[in-house]
Amino acid sequence: MQELSLNILDIAQNSIRANASLITIEIIRSVIDNKMTITIEDNGCGMSKEKVEQVINPFFTTRTTRPVGLGVPFFKMSAEMTGGTFRIESEEGVGTKVIATYVLDHIDLMPLGDMASTMVTLISVNPEIDFIYRYRYNDAEFTLDTREVKQILEGLPVNSPDVLVFIKSFIEENTLQAEQQELK
Amino acid sequence: MKSLAELKAIRDKMQTSVNVRDSADDNIRVVVGMATCGIAAGARPVLNAFTEEVAKRGLNNVMVTQTGCIGICQYEPVVEVYTNDGSKTTYVKMTAEKVARVVSDHLVNGNVVEEYTIGAVAK
Repeated sequence: MQELSLNILDIAQNSIRANASLITIEIIRSVIDNKMTITIEDNGCGMSKEKVEQVINPFFTTRTTRPVGLGVPFFKMSAEMTGGTFRIESEEGVGTKVIATYVLDHIDLMPLGDMASTMVTLISVNPEIDFIYRYRYNDAEFTLDTREVKQILEGLPVNSPDVLVFIKSFIEENTLQAEQQELK
Repeated sequence: MKSLAELKAIRDKMQTSVNVRDSADDNIRVVVGMATCGIAAGARPVLNAFTEEVAKRGLNNVMVTQTGCIGICQYEPVVEVYTNDGSKTTYVKMTAEKVARVVSDHLVNGNVVEEYTIGAVAK
């Protein structure tokens, strides 16, 4: 993976496979604390304690097409190689929460990358799932909630091209604004 | 700050251009592999290129969707095209640049782009 937004897209696929109806992706960057926290939370089927321990192992997977599962190990590595931490909280029947923290000024921190593309990709092929994307940069933050988007759309598809273009620019412009606010 | 208020105008515009999409019309399915292997190899821009190109051409009979790993990770990004005659074409090592040609030649005109298929690449 070349950027963290691809890891996030990959981890969100697990939530989709877990039949989640709501997936929350939250990125909190604090320059003062020299820390970034990425959280991916879903209300999917959840995992047992044993399974949570297994998914960190690259040679564990539930699929049958190949014997390795690298999604979670890659994401864990991306955090730990910056001196950060990684943990999974999960409960069967309730959902799963994956939390990775990063040390911001570490040389091995990968760029966050194109989060707008990641969200547009997720929404475009999973219109029935709701997504919340929250980005916080120091004190500035914004949220995209597809439940609010759908309410405004009054039944029109959330993955129609015009709406996807809007969502992409909504994330891009508000990210830029949140980051620039700090410079003033 | 960009707000959701702009979305209301987009909705109103969409409501006037009555273009109700019926899923029964989806006689072509484009399936992009979005497992770890696909994403790492560049599936995200491929999927977005298909969505954009299909929208640009107004192809209401095409559905772009995703799947997990189909087991040929070395050929990712992999895209499978299912047409209504029951045939399946597997395109491998796809890029956003190759997408436009697959859309125009295959999805619009029904001619498989042989050189991008697994049969041509895996020789």
